[in-house]
Amino acid sequence: MLSYIVRRLLLMVVTLFGVSIAIFLLLRIVPGNIADILFDSAGLVDPAEKAKIVADLGLDRPIPLQYAQWIGGLLHGDLGYSYVSEKPVLDEILPRIPITARLAGLALLFAICTGVPLGVISAVRQNSWLDYTLRVVSLSGLSFPAFWLGLLILMGFVRYFGSIPIYQQSPASFWTALGLYAVPAAAVGFRSSALITRLTRSSMLEVLRQDYVRTARSKGLGEGAVIFDHALRNALLPVITTIGVETAFLFGGLIVTETVFNIPGVARFLVEAIRWRDYPMVQNLVMFIALVVVTVNLIVDLLYMVVDPRIRYGE
Amino acid sequence: MAGFLVRLVAGCLLAGCWVMGPALAQKQGGILRVTHRDNPPSASIWEEATISTTMPFAAVFNNLVQFDPDSPQNRLDRIVPELATDWQWSDDGRALTFHLRDGVKWHDGQPFTSADVKCTWEMASGKVDTKLRKNPRKTWWFNLKEISTNGDREVTFHLNDPQPSFLVMLAGGFSPVYPCHVPAAQMRTHPIGTGPFKFVEFKQNESIRLERNPDYWKPGRPYLDGIEYTIIANRPTMVLAFVAGKFDLTLTGELTPELVKDVQAQRPDAQCIVQPSNTEGNLLVNRDKPPFDDARIRRAMGLAIDRQAFSDILSHGVYRVGGAMLAPPEGLWGWSKEFMETVPGYGADVEKNREEGRRIMRELGYGPDHMLLLKVSTRNIPDYRDSAVILIDHLKQVYIQGELEPLDSSVWYARLARKDYAVGMNVQGTGIDDPDVMFFENYTCGSERNYTGYCNADLEKLFHQQSMMTDFAQRRQLVWEIDKKLQEDGARPIVFQSQGGTCWSPQVKGLKLAVNSIYNHWRFEDVWLDR
Repeated sequence: MLSYIVRRLLLMVVTLFGVSIAIFLLLRIVPGNIADILFDSAGLVDPAEKAKIVADLGLDRPIPLQYAQWIGGLLHGDLGYSYVSEKPVLDEILPRIPITARLAGLALLFAICTGVPLGVISAVRQNSWLDYTLRVVSLSGLSFPAFWLGLLILMGFVRYFGSIPIYQQSPASFWTALGLYAVPAAAVGFRSSALITRLTRSSMLEVLRQDYVRTARSKGLGEGAVIFDHALRNALLPVITTIGVETAFLFGGLIVTETVFNIPGVARFLVEAIRWRDYPMVQNLVMFIALVVVTVNLIVDLLYMVVDPRIRYGE
Repeated sequence: MAGFLVRLVAGCLLAGCWVMGPALAQKQGGILRVTHRDNPPSASIWEEATISTTMPFAAVFNNLVQFDPDSPQNRLDRIVPELATDWQWSDDGRALTFHLRDGVKWHDGQPFTSADVKCTWEMASGKVDTKLRKNPRKTWWFNLKEISTNGDREVTFHLNDPQPSFLVMLAGGFSPVYPCHVPAAQMRTHPIGTGPFKFVEFKQNESIRLERNPDYWKPGRPYLDGIEYTIIANRPTMVLAFVAGKFDLTLTGELTPELVKDVQAQRPDAQCIVQPSNTEGNLLVNRDKPPFDDARIRRAMGLAIDRQAFSDILSHGVYRVGGAMLAPPEGLWGWSKEFMETVPGYGADVEKNREEGRRIMRELGYGPDHMLLLKVSTRNIPDYRDSAVILIDHLKQVYIQGELEPLDSSVWYARLARKDYAVGMNVQGTGIDDPDVMFFENYTCGSERNYTGYCNADLEKLFHQQSMMTDFAQRRQLVWEIDKKLQEDGARPIVFQSQGGTCWSPQVKGLKLAVNSIYNHWRFEDVWLDR
């Protein structure tokens, strides 16, 4: 088990190294750099002044040297300075991480807490009106674009409550925070919830037809025990895999949701940083996101063992 | 009878005072909440050319002089002192002397002196290297020879030639006085000024906060405790948030005419204004690239444009038709309707213009079966893209088949720099409604913002000639002729003059917007909240 975890951790390092090279090169392949964007905002095109900015920011140095400097700094905890704000990258990123973490966590919680039970109900009540309704709802969840749903929610709030649930300042208490994040979390988690509902349903339908479920029923176990103790536990494995994958997908939804609900999180910040070609900011944010994704995937793999005792790694 | 009349008049006056009373009693306190559209590139007004920076940070500063906030039209004869107490032109019109206000302090406690004025304009005119990352308006100060001081309270600008508009440029929102002792890099992130509000915080992509300057030199001002700008990149969210009452004011000119109608329908108490946004759509033709080096083709392209159609499609007829200078009644220097009729391509009979264009193209060997193929490059953002699509449609009328080439902003400017385009659709703003600003910034040989590289030495002489004129009517006549010549030469044919909307809640009092510039009147020192 320990050797498996060590192996996975080493693989994580290799993966992150690959990501670092990919993002570093991709950013430099994309046309335009920060000097172009700065000149765009000032409406200038003088090549001499632009070249001066490029030199000041060190963008005229050889690419391998730039990469080595970035990675060297990263390993020592020095993430560099933002080209736009001229402040340390860490100072810009750190306050935003908890915001996105709360939103993502709440969205995932929403997705799991609604997706799994609804999937179970849909499977148990297969081909009933409830099943049809839930299938329509889950299909809608997969079909609605996040920005459209977010705007629809905002319009509904303004129309019916005369207020709008957008972020303006840091919430003072837990309940204020919950109130602030709940609506956008539901908006971004709706898609994941729909996916989990559909997956749980199909997985449950398959498990419910297994012999051991029939055996459990024939032993006289109650329907609740059969569904939750015997069927659901076995049906959860593909669902857990999906949750791992959805964590990465969730980030795409967060970009849109943070924009629509004006939440100053990491996702929206990343988009702005890309727009500005703020290389230090984009590189470090992508590395952070990659770290989160690979960590979640490791946790998911380890969770398999908890859910299904038959699974053993490294033995 | 006389006694009755006296009592009646006294009664009316009392009643009038009662009615007017609440309106006159300004309230102290409150935070003005303003929407913002995007992350300002920096907080340094001198380094930027966008309202995203000018509007939020103008309240941190003062100018030497400013356009009278009580006058909706920014013009030379409506300029009032700010950090200066008065000014004097020398007899030959080549020296402008200001006497400066006593007791003014920078927000960090340092005294404001004439040395600050001197170093601000030495920086702006590029006479000294002050580590400015960008200096977009260096050309404004082409006529500035030197600046001299006489003690701490007097400063003189020495000009090469007389230039009445020099005062106009000093009064604009782009010309605040900077502190000598604060480095340029700090001014980009934490600006220090003498203005009614102190800078508190600029959170990237999030918010900008200003607080009341308790030591402001103008007694009793400002009324507000602070101003908070919230950056909302998503325009529908911004509109909904304003409608829901989360904000008191929208970023100026940010709403399209259609959105203004939408806001007023959803929030009937909102007060809105649609005004020129100082930006104009123009056609860029690369005159160095064959076949566009042939003036006849450029002329045919100009004749194909139906400017009113642009206005109707893009803004339901709100956008103005005009030349380089802002059209009246808001603009001071734009053509009269009668004069505009005399400018080729601007006449009301569009079909006649196009027939002339087709005739030119036929002479050059083009026709319905042999269209001139080209790419219309533009920035891949709605204002540019939509205009380019209409342009392509109009060019078909003169046997030109265009293909849209939408470009990322950074690529667009890089391509302009390399002159790597054939035809482009551009939208460009100008800071002040003044011919000196417009002509020298955009049409002089070698100017950085002269994207098409148009260079006409004879016309440039006229630029200088109008710049020295003091008689308004005579100068305007010459400006009209210059503007006409620019359009005839296809220097950068103006397609439309855009307008933008600003809305505020009825609780916001004392807000006075200028009709011919979105970049001025943003001190907020007379603004107060009635709540």
